[in-house]
Amino acid sequence: MKRPERIAFRPLVRIWSVLPSASVASLPDLIMFSAGLALFYGIVEVARNWLGPFHPQIEISRSLGALPVYAGYSLLRIALAYILSLLFALIYGYIAAYRPRAERFMIPLLDVLQSIPVLSFLPGVMLAMAALFPGRQLGVELGAVLLIFTGQVWNMAFSFYASLKSIPREMREAATIYRFNWWQRLLQIELPYATIGLVWNSMMSVAGAWFFLMACEQFGDFRLPGLGSYLQAAADNGDTRSIFLGIVTMVAVIVLIDQFVWRPVIAWSEKFKMEQVESTSVPTSRVLDFLRRSRGVALFRKRAVRPLREQMVHYFAQQSDVRAESAGGNQTVLWLWRVVGAVALGAIGYAVVRVIMILTGLSASDFRQIGVGLFATWLRVNLTLVLGALWTIPVGVAIGFNPRLARIAQPLAQIAASVPATAVFPVVMLVLIRMGGGLGFGSIVLLLLGTQWYILFNVIAGAMAIPTDLKEAASVFGIRGWERWRKLILPGIFPFLVTGMITASGGAWNVSIVAEYAHLKGHVYSTVGIGAMISAATDAKNFNLLLASTIALAAVVVTTNRLLWRRLYRLAESRFKLES
Amino acid sequence: MTDPVISVTEPIIRAHAVEKFYDQPDGNRIEVIAPIDLNVEPGKIITLLGPSGCGKSTLLRILTGLSQPSSGEVLWHGQPLTSQNAGVAIVFQSFALFPWLTVLDNVEAPLEARGVPAMERHKRALRILDTVGLDGFESAYPKELSGGMKQRVGFARALVVEPEVLFMDEPFSALDVLTAENLRNELLELWLGKKMPTQSIFIVTHNIEEAVLLADRVIVLARNPAWVRADFSIELTHPRDRKSPRFVELVDYIYKIMTQPQLALAAPEAGAAAQKPVRQKYQMIPHARVGGIAGLLELLQDRGGKEYLHRLAEVLIMDAEDLLPIIEASVLLGFATLKDGDVQITAEGTRFAEADILTRKILFRQAALNHVVILQQIDSVLHAKTDHSISQEFFYDILDEHFSQDEVERQFETAMNWGRYAEIFDFDRESHRLILAEPVGEPHPPTSPVQP
Repeated sequence: MKRPERIAFRPLVRIWSVLPSASVASLPDLIMFSAGLALFYGIVEVARNWLGPFHPQIEISRSLGALPVYAGYSLLRIALAYILSLLFALIYGYIAAYRPRAERFMIPLLDVLQSIPVLSFLPGVMLAMAALFPGRQLGVELGAVLLIFTGQVWNMAFSFYASLKSIPREMREAATIYRFNWWQRLLQIELPYATIGLVWNSMMSVAGAWFFLMACEQFGDFRLPGLGSYLQAAADNGDTRSIFLGIVTMVAVIVLIDQFVWRPVIAWSEKFKMEQVESTSVPTSRVLDFLRRSRGVALFRKRAVRPLREQMVHYFAQQSDVRAESAGGNQTVLWLWRVVGAVALGAIGYAVVRVIMILTGLSASDFRQIGVGLFATWLRVNLTLVLGALWTIPVGVAIGFNPRLARIAQPLAQIAASVPATAVFPVVMLVLIRMGGGLGFGSIVLLLLGTQWYILFNVIAGAMAIPTDLKEAASVFGIRGWERWRKLILPGIFPFLVTGMITASGGAWNVSIVAEYAHLKGHVYSTVGIGAMISAATDAKNFNLLLASTIALAAVVVTTNRLLWRRLYRLAESRFKLES
Repeated sequence: MTDPVISVTEPIIRAHAVEKFYDQPDGNRIEVIAPIDLNVEPGKIITLLGPSGCGKSTLLRILTGLSQPSSGEVLWHGQPLTSQNAGVAIVFQSFALFPWLTVLDNVEAPLEARGVPAMERHKRALRILDTVGLDGFESAYPKELSGGMKQRVGFARALVVEPEVLFMDEPFSALDVLTAENLRNELLELWLGKKMPTQSIFIVTHNIEEAVLLADRVIVLARNPAWVRADFSIELTHPRDRKSPRFVELVDYIYKIMTQPQLALAAPEAGAAAQKPVRQKYQMIPHARVGGIAGLLELLQDRGGKEYLHRLAEVLIMDAEDLLPIIEASVLLGFATLKDGDVQITAEGTRFAEADILTRKILFRQAALNHVVILQQIDSVLHAKTDHSISQEFFYDILDEHFSQDEVERQFETAMNWGRYAEIFDFDRESHRLILAEPVGEPHPPTSPVQP
């Protein structure tokens, strides 16, 4: 049976092998080329849509054929926001790391910005961007991108800054003594050293971005075509089939991104690890191997990347020679910085004065309302944290202590967690309202849905990190039951638990904006809380109240972080850290 | 890059009265390096020896232009030294290779910085890799190499820029004994065979034998602040025999200089470097742990109460860096004396070595309170205060006036180790307070933990 087949294929093989190898389009190249074409088509389509007129009541199609398009739009927003975040993070981190004067206020600012619940700005940003580009779809699209950007940029910037700060001294000295120029430092030391941190933070940021994106796409009058609005439309119509398809698409997109973006990037970033000895298990990626085998990619590197690199090398080598000769000339740069600083200070001053004017215009009842709302949401957030911890600690420890259980449960939990809570909100809300629970109870369910994963994963990691010899010591000395929890498990997972709770708390405040107030099937459902106030103020176009509630919310969250979580974190770091 | 007609007497680098100090906020000044004159002449291997934390690495960084002296000047062929004009390279203790670059890329990087075209870069790098014996490892990443191979890459990267002066900052101390010895010999081979385009090698080390093995000239630094205690030439021919009487004599001689601050410098060709009078300073505790002191005393007791310093180093397989603080601490506490390179145990030391765990604590407490100023101060303050406790800031404030930031940390660490062992005080890490401990001699359970 096999013989004729071989004969039949032989001529074909001949033809292939006769051609000069470089010009043969191998399978990887063909795929890459097609991908390029597809990308180009996508850009044209998107441009047509975004530059087109704004549709206030955009009709969301629930057909199966619309799903890939919607997924594409969602992906595009995420990608744009991510590129923006990466650029901003690199510049911000670089300036903060190398300009001590700027560092003094840039890092505390980063800290505050990181803890402000981004979703509280959703209404404000969307209104502003729509106003900035009247009658164009571009405005709301940019609003969504901007919002996702604000949600994901800070930890990336901080990661880059921290990496730059921790480059080993001798490595820096080697660069100085061998006269590395600015470009060479960036390319051969700073970026490589920061890569691992940036990759992990990027993954976290993008996961968070889905959460914000879903909220953006579902937001009131400014609905955007995307997976979020598709799911919302499906829930609005009680269309179970569409809900199911939407969620499956969502999960598929996330899994594909993981396989085609993150895994290859992680495998690639392996070479930037600062390890002295090669580790035994190295992450691998088929996609990365595929790219590395592609002749087209190799050719591109040889013909385009390397000559360009060589040009840069010579340009910057000459530059640094010139600079060495004329050490002066920094005066203009210094003045530029001063002007930038003065303008920034002026803008901040103006904004503060405006805000104070607006706030003084509010009535006493407004402030009372804000106070009540804050308190209600504060209670709700903390109740959620307690509930979340109550179920995740025992479950997480059980999974962490039992490798076989972990192997089954971990991937399941990861998939469940990868679905952004905001995506399923319309669905959950539908169920809750059918059950007649109302949003007072429902919002807690929603909060829990959005935040419990952070705690669960950290508890699992913590339980796994407890050294076996400590567990054995505990059993040798007959420590079991409650004593075992008190002496071994709880102290062991404490640092991880605190990390999880901090992240969960940040997430819960964010979720509260969308969980306390909802449009569904033409009705408005809401409960007492600051999140509901913010959403209601937007609907009523009461901008003063919107501003005041947003500021109050941010202030409370930042204060709680400072007073409670920061301290717990320090305690965890100093006393409960298991050092090897 | 190298100037072929350099007169033998003209130094390449001339450091004149370089000094390093840090201004404290309270107007005080912590001096790390006292004014030092130092020349680097061509044709020599110079080693800079000194105890840990004495400022020898700082001095190296000043001589290379990496760091600026607080006062004084460094001249490179008579011109002020900058990091751009210095024809120097450094081999680092930690190798400081870039793990994400291949061996070849690591070696090419300095040439890239100088704008050398790709082809020539490649050729020069390959030639150097060949010289240091890294043929066939061009495309390996540093993490695939052993420590010795990594340091060879470090050599290659340094030599590829054809430095006039090759600086080495403890180049062999991160390697195991055999690898280090092998690499030292290969360095000597390259140097003696004139296979490297280098006029002079300047090695910072704390290993006395290494210095005697390699150097044409040895400079010994004293610490707090750093000043040149001795500066002499070694005329032994290469290869040098570690067992030869002259070698042993020189090693012994350097041990003596390093352990006796008041030793008159009768060294051959003792350098003309400015000698600072010994100033009245706050007492500095040597960084030794109680366990180390106890171990040393037991060993001395075993060996009849008296031993040569370099013999001790041999028996314990420790280099001067680790051994000297322990000996200094024993001397400070009155457990041992030091004379002409001999360590002699005292009557107190003998009692300590023979005592059981609890008695040792009592003996140590007495010795500490008799000899260690900072512990005396803490003890009296804790007794004077009604709540018998004091913040660690108090301690830092005292030390801040006399030591640099890093040294304050180390002094504090050591004083904590001693004071807690002696049960002079207890230290609460959470409130950062020292608390008066209950007096020694209270019955303790036999399992009471002893600080190692």
